[in-house]
Amino acid sequence: MKIPVTFTLNGTEAAAFTDPGQNLLDLLRRNLGDLTPKFGCGQGTCGTCTVLIDGEPHLSCLILAEAAQGREIETTAGLANGPDLHPLQTAFMEGFAAQCGYCTPGMLMVAKALLDRNPSPTRDEVIEAISGNLCRCTGYEPIVEAILTAARAPRHATGRTA
Amino acid sequence: MTLHSGRGFACINYPIGMNLGGDPSQALVHSTPDGKFKVALSAIDLGQGMKSVTRQIAAEALGVPIEDVYVDTADSDTGPHDMGSFASRGTHRMGNAVIRAAAEARAQMLEAAAEELEVNASDLVTDGRGNIHVRGAPSRTITVEETAQAAQFRQGRTLAGRGIFLVPMSDVDPETGEMTPVSCFAHAALIVDLIVDDETGEVEVTHINSAYEVGRALNPKLVEQQLIGGAWMGVSHALYETTEPYYPDRSHGPEDFNHYLQPGPGDAVPHHISILERPAPDAPYGGKGPGEMCANPVIPAVANAVYNAVGVRCDNLPITPEKVLRGIRANGGVRPPVQR
Amino acid sequence: MPVEFRKDLFADERDDNLAEIGKPHIRQDILGHVTGRSPYYDDHLFDGLLHLRCVRAPYHHARVRSVDASAAERVPGVVRIIRPSDVPQNLNTLLALLNFGRDDEPLLTPEKTGYRGEPILAVVATSEAAARDAVAQVKVDWEELPHVLDVEEALKPGAPIVNTTYPNNTFDYHDRYDHQKLRFGDTEAAFAQADHIVEGEYQMSPIEQAPIETCGAIASPETNDRFVCYTSTQALFFSVAVSAKQTALPSSRLHFIGGTVGGGFGGKVDSHHEPLAILGAMLTGHPVKYQWDRAEEMQVGAPRSGERWRIKDGVMRDGRIIAREFTGFFDAGAYTRLTSYGVQKCTGHLPGPYTIPNVASNTYCVYTNRTPSTAMRGFGITGVDFSIECQMDRVAEAVGMDPIELRILNAYRDGDMKAHRRTAKNCALIESCQVVAQKSGWALSPDAMAQSSRVGGGAGWRAEIPETVIDHAGQIGERRRNWIDTEPFAGATQRDRIAAGTANEHPATGNAPQRDDMVIEAERLGFKVSDGPPAGAPSYGTRATAPTPPAAPSFTPPQTPTPPVGAPVPYPNAGPSLPPAARGAPAASPPVSAAPPTPPSPTTPSPQPAPTVSTTPPSAPAGSQDQAPRAPRRPGVSRFISGPRGRR
Repeated sequence: MKIPVTFTLNGTEAAAFTDPGQNLLDLLRRNLGDLTPKFGCGQGTCGTCTVLIDGEPHLSCLILAEAAQGREIETTAGLANGPDLHPLQTAFMEGFAAQCGYCTPGMLMVAKALLDRNPSPTRDEVIEAISGNLCRCTGYEPIVEAILTAARAPRHATGRTA
Repeated sequence: MTLHSGRGFACINYPIGMNLGGDPSQALVHSTPDGKFKVALSAIDLGQGMKSVTRQIAAEALGVPIEDVYVDTADSDTGPHDMGSFASRGTHRMGNAVIRAAAEARAQMLEAAAEELEVNASDLVTDGRGNIHVRGAPSRTITVEETAQAAQFRQGRTLAGRGIFLVPMSDVDPETGEMTPVSCFAHAALIVDLIVDDETGEVEVTHINSAYEVGRALNPKLVEQQLIGGAWMGVSHALYETTEPYYPDRSHGPEDFNHYLQPGPGDAVPHHISILERPAPDAPYGGKGPGEMCANPVIPAVANAVYNAVGVRCDNLPITPEKVLRGIRANGGVRPPVQR
Repeated sequence: MPVEFRKDLFADERDDNLAEIGKPHIRQDILGHVTGRSPYYDDHLFDGLLHLRCVRAPYHHARVRSVDASAAERVPGVVRIIRPSDVPQNLNTLLALLNFGRDDEPLLTPEKTGYRGEPILAVVATSEAAARDAVAQVKVDWEELPHVLDVEEALKPGAPIVNTTYPNNTFDYHDRYDHQKLRFGDTEAAFAQADHIVEGEYQMSPIEQAPIETCGAIASPETNDRFVCYTSTQALFFSVAVSAKQTALPSSRLHFIGGTVGGGFGGKVDSHHEPLAILGAMLTGHPVKYQWDRAEEMQVGAPRSGERWRIKDGVMRDGRIIAREFTGFFDAGAYTRLTSYGVQKCTGHLPGPYTIPNVASNTYCVYTNRTPSTAMRGFGITGVDFSIECQMDRVAEAVGMDPIELRILNAYRDGDMKAHRRTAKNCALIESCQVVAQKSGWALSPDAMAQSSRVGGGAGWRAEIPETVIDHAGQIGERRRNWIDTEPFAGATQRDRIAAGTANEHPATGNAPQRDDMVIEAERLGFKVSDGPPAGAPSYGTRATAPTPPAAPSFTPPQTPTPPVGAPVPYPNAGPSLPPAARGAPAASPPVSAAPPTPPSPTTPSPQPAPTVSTTPPSAPAGSQDQAPRAPRRPGVSRFISGPRGRR
């Protein structure tokens, strides 16, 4: 039995029919074609599936799709402003803060949530914010640096998308 | 409860490429009608930067700017055979294949330009900015773009190249183990500073100083990425990781990241890296692959530092707090050998 | 913190005037990473995608008496059960591609499982949840069998047979031995001479590659009667070959797409997902995804093998290590995969980056009832390097020497002979040690700081292959019939000797470019070239018809250096000093089968020197071990990069 779900995805109205028990990650990827949140564990321990729900980071692999009803969902697909990169994206790019890139969308989501509520975080606050996101490649330091760099960038700063 | 500091050293070399050879890599390079170059590979980018480093190698070998080169990988319909991304073979094998393919494409390009300029191809050089001109006479010049158009539409020439790099397979002698493993080795030496808590047995690495010899840092930032990430993995391997905490008993094998422990961002260790470059004669621009050897010296350096701190030899990985405490107890207390 | 580049070191070997190489260019793929658009294998959408999950053995070692999948088939959403009998070529071994080893591992196991988690059946369903339900509904009548989990227990007579293809629980090396040997010099004699014997035992447990992206593949019928497979593999054509073999499809009907992977670290070479996913697509006519969840990735996915090492060193009181013996065990788990090769890779690495005149090792690829192991970052090397470097500190303590100075004293140098009978070159261990000591405030003696990889090597005994003692103990099956110990020479009833200087010289560098215009100009490769482009170099626009030897070498070999103050003390001969013997004839022929390695005949034409810059002296005949010790080889452009096809 399919259950209708409507919500806002990256600022746009979205609707889908979900199967009972389907999680939000699967709904976003398979039903809505937003491939930016990733599957890493299905256990809520790696953070690659992180999306923002009403501005707060959540693990979409553990959220029932139905729970998205009426909420504002943000994913990495909505980070850039048209052709202009978000300062976080520019900072990750120029700071070599990604290697395989698989943890990057989740990292960007928690970083965005942090900077939206705390525009000038300390290093410890950045570390705390990303502590639920695993990275196997970088050793974390470049990611922390990139987030601090983005925090220092002027708010209107943009980067190229190509 | 006392914190004991310790310092440990280790050094290693690492073989670059698949052992015994027999692992070919191929590349195809071709120009678009307006002088941009595509590199078709089947190499895999796991995050180590295969697409990026082969792009730089192709641009260098072709003599064109990097913005005019794009690497496409991996599609078995369009990419030629490559053995794969493992054994630190990618930069070495794939890089050499790309150089050869780019050399052939470059030769065609210089021939085409020579015909347009009515000179000998051997008189031409590229400026790396998209121009081809007579050596010593920069005004006798043509752009790569014009050359490609002339070649394609007037001369009937392809600007394309193929390359394969293969270290022929050798075998292993049954009696002596004689073999030809690889042709070059990377090196590393590393010093770990750490603190051991003699009440909990926990080990905290506080500082890493390293020297890595990589032949040539083809892209210094990619090398840095590998070394920082690899050293982090080395600390993780030394202190935390195991799929069988009671090896050889299989009990309590972790099935999630709550039980498979790794250091987090709050555990990041300041790591002062020095890079040495002794180019290997048969490596692309002398570059060896840093991707695997970066973790190896960390692990014994940590073990040696723990011994230096509290006098416990941890010969069994991972070095868990339980093992440290058992060692201290067996020794009748903390017995550091020499303070450094 | 910024990385320091020690450009001053080896500056005379490098030309750093390159255009794009050495620049910190932004990664080509990073824009995709930061926008979330990089296409990993699972980032492809299919209508009607089916999901595959496996039924797995819950015991370490068990026999399948019967399987009843009838309840599973009735679970809503189940489309197809895949059985072992559905797999056209069920048995495989990864290295069949290289003709190394026998096919020993089924894709789906019909009768006897060797590890907990081994797949015996696959279920394909319309959702992952349905597939999980169905897997839980499969009823298997298991007969649990005795198991063995310790590598040394597995070698003993009467141990349960883990892998029926290798009934001695060891990989068969060369159809002769149950281990891979390394023999160089005479360790037993050297131990008798040593001032100290230092021994250690080291153990590394298995660890997970743990990439953030788990292993997986999606296969789908494509147009034109082919199957497309999106995969996380680290080796595209490797996976094509395995899949073609196991599905009995010609590779022309397979279209593999990958190249963007969320971390591999060696765990994505086993090519297990692609054949199953393709089989699912073949049998259902629909796209099928086979993805490991994290629990599978951790406990079913192949880890780095556990390794156990014993090292015995003979050390002089001044710190020179004159003999080193290894006994090593790689825990392959239930199937071979890559461990057989890892043992040989490891053997070629011993005794570490040190010039030790007598080396011996026995290294075993052992089968146990655990998850098969595979490659992981540092494959074949990480475990033994951990052991060696802990051992070196033990040696330093035994002789009362600074640990770094001990490394420098024993470090290998250009021109030194290595235990696998190849000459060291391009060494940089000493400099790496010096740099890190200096920057950390670890004081070294002026003598240690004055050492160089380019000086003091390749002279006297250091360059020579010594007379070597060999044994024939540990033949296949011997150990299981009547236990013999595992260390080198244990159980050997006789010793034979291979003459000094015996080696099969084999070029270590790559094939020459097959066409002249695949040759890059030597001066553009970033090496310091002594006299600029030499006469006779191929010029573009002309095709060199035959490689022209240079009129005179453009490189003058340095004189054999006299060991400077502080250079390693020459090692005294352990036994009767044999002149470098004529190569080929062993002192005594071994009693069993093949002769020792025979050198190439003297009539083999030597390779034509390349017309481009070569900084090696004009080729001596292959096998010139009996000439004067070679000077340290200077770096330069290998003719195999820059030369036309050489004749051999």
